[in-house]
Amino acid sequence: MDWQAIWLSIRLAFCTTVVLLVVGVPLAAWLAFSGRRWRFLVEALVALPLFLPPTVLGFYILLAIGPRSPLGALYGRVTGSMLPFSFQGLLIASALYSLPFAVQPVAGAFHAVDRKLVEASWCLGVSRMATFRRVIVPLARQGIATGAILSFAHTMGEFGVVLMVGGNIAGVTRTISISIYDQVQALRYDAALETSLLLLGFSFVVLAVTYALQRRVWIWPMN
Amino acid sequence: MLALIGLCGCGRGPEQPVTIAAAADLQFAMEDVLAAFRAAHMGMDVRVDYGSSGSFYAQIQNHAPFDLFLSADIQYPRKLADEGLAVSGSLFPYATGRIVLWTPSSSPIDVSRLGWAALDDPAVHHIAVANPDHAPYGRAAVAAMKSAGIFDRESNKLVMGENISQTMQFVQSGAAEIGVVALSLALAPAVRDQGKYWEIPADSYPPIEQGGVILTRARGSRTASALREYLMSAACRDILKRYGFYPPKN
Repeated sequence: MDWQAIWLSIRLAFCTTVVLLVVGVPLAAWLAFSGRRWRFLVEALVALPLFLPPTVLGFYILLAIGPRSPLGALYGRVTGSMLPFSFQGLLIASALYSLPFAVQPVAGAFHAVDRKLVEASWCLGVSRMATFRRVIVPLARQGIATGAILSFAHTMGEFGVVLMVGGNIAGVTRTISISIYDQVQALRYDAALETSLLLLGFSFVVLAVTYALQRRVWIWPMN
Repeated sequence: MLALIGLCGCGRGPEQPVTIAAAADLQFAMEDVLAAFRAAHMGMDVRVDYGSSGSFYAQIQNHAPFDLFLSADIQYPRKLADEGLAVSGSLFPYATGRIVLWTPSSSPIDVSRLGWAALDDPAVHHIAVANPDHAPYGRAAVAAMKSAGIFDRESNKLVMGENISQTMQFVQSGAAEIGVVALSLALAPAVRDQGKYWEIPADSYPPIEQGGVILTRARGSRTASALREYLMSAACRDILKRYGFYPPKN
């Protein structure tokens, strides 16, 4: 059993989820409430990873973070290291890959918040920022939780993108899906089966627990 | 009814097209090889699928509809023959693969002059190789580095592609500065003018024996045996040589 790969995948999925919450929630709020005409362009951009094959996305990301791109060159000058074949590079790739899974449920939940409650809060003199924090976010927490779970799950199962930008370094970029693929390629079917079963069990437990928790939230509305 | 269905399945005439499962590294050579084969054998229809030899092996074990398997590693067809999934006695070597140290032409590293010393250039942070766990070219790369006595020193720079094409892509994209790839890739039409290489001495790694086998599905197919014959002919070896495949040992 490749515990190192399992632990790496969990770490990557966790970090990706955190990054996506930090970036995705404001982005979702903007998508839900902005009156800009060109909003649809941003929506299309966010949804793009759903359409693109992971290998295409991975190939673009490899070129975009490689040392020949302006971004990759800048990162190299600032940090002295390189993004491809590193955990940070994988994190960027995973965040882009799972972006729609984080943003769309959250934007949907924001959109579904009763406008009257928001306006009531404004009329009571609560600022826009505070209204967002104290009214909209609590009412949309179901959607935010869904976005977080989907990001986590999607990153755990990510394969094509990691394959393209990872370089398969043990403990750094060899995630669980890559490890399973390697085991199959090397004809170690028993090991592959074992790891796959563990991943299956783990995924089921994580999803079951989160849905159970969510359900409780549903039954007892806060306050 | 069942007998009828069975009859349809077995009615495999001599004109049946043959489907080849070919290793990805053959992609460029195969077009020329098949053009020559078709010119010599009118009316024989051949189709090709390219992919990783290991994946094909797993698919064929599960009875994928292929007639001929051309593997980058003769070990896979040999196993299929042992498992009774191939026509007995049809196992044949068709080429020997070579590996080279490759950089893009724009690289400041003069790899063709430096040889292994190119890896010590301060600009080299990553060396791309195919995964030695299951890719024959990767196994050869590691063996060659070990026999040159540099593996321990360089192993922390290694990044692994899942197959030899992806390894090439790591270097082409600039993500890795240098890589060990197949000579057949360095000579591929799309890559030929984009890079420079140094051929790693063939005696420093075990030969990369490429071999094929006729699968049980194609038992008795005239096209399949004609193709096998052709792949072992001197004419075919000349074509393969142009694409970086040396003739098989003995």
